[in-house]
Amino acid sequence: MNLIGFENYLWLGSALFCIGLLGVLVRRNVIILLMCIELMLNASNLLLVVFAKMFGNMNGHIFVFFSMLVAAAEVSVGLALIVLIYRKFRTIDSSFLDKLKG
Amino acid sequence: MDLTNIAFIAFSAITLICALMVVLARNPIYSVIFLILTMFSLTGHYVLLHAQFIAIINIIVYAGAIMVLFLFVLMLMNMNANNEPNKSFLWKVLAGLVASGMLMSILLVYIKNMGDMPIVPTTNSALGQALPADFGYIKPLGNLLFTEYVFPFEIASILFIAAMVGAVFLGSREKSTNNRIN
Repeated sequence: MNLIGFENYLWLGSALFCIGLLGVLVRRNVIILLMCIELMLNASNLLLVVFAKMFGNMNGHIFVFFSMLVAAAEVSVGLALIVLIYRKFRTIDSSFLDKLKG
Repeated sequence: MDLTNIAFIAFSAITLICALMVVLARNPIYSVIFLILTMFSLTGHYVLLHAQFIAIINIIVYAGAIMVLFLFVLMLMNMNANNEPNKSFLWKVLAGLVASGMLMSILLVYIKNMGDMPIVPTTNSALGQALPADFGYIKPLGNLLFTEYVFPFEIASILFIAAMVGAVFLGSREKSTNNRIN
């Protein structure tokens, strides 16, 4: 019996993605929101690696590499924005941040 | 029941439980710690999937750099479980329904198409044929990155310069407003 067939990995990746989606919907702390987006990115990375193994070529690894680069850039700018918002409003509750004209 | 199966089950359980704890933990610091644990178990999955370079990059970039950045910002803001914002019960139930419904629909599609899926063990081969011996190593990845994907690679460097300029600009503006307030 071999459990690590590809379909088990597909289940794992979709479950991870849905947990990240649940976090984005449930939490109001903006930093936790960013972390849940990281969870969803990681679920898609896992599935890209699984498909790369499944089809036997390494282009999926390149895409995971690029997605990690974009995640790093996104997190650095997003956290700088969150620090600015916290300095200005003294809160990072997403339901209070509803003004576009700060 | 060989060792890779046990490793797969253990890594999957750690991944899912820690991901749930990221969402459910009251204290944001605990959320970051559980997210780091999730990254490490995903690294285990990458090693099982013959993606050694991706596994190392996952530890260095995600668990090493990005998570430390999150932890740093959380420490800067002095947040704990007491001033953690909370959503209403109705909204939580709705969010749970949406997320579990999405998971259910994806799983239903899998189960419906299960006969068409290639049931191939991931241990040594993909779609029947054997993997190349250096699958997932740095050398073929570098060859691919600097020949076929060299243009996206250069574009990524422009993206990084833009992100760096943005972060530095936001950081310096934060300091000047702080001076004005004091």
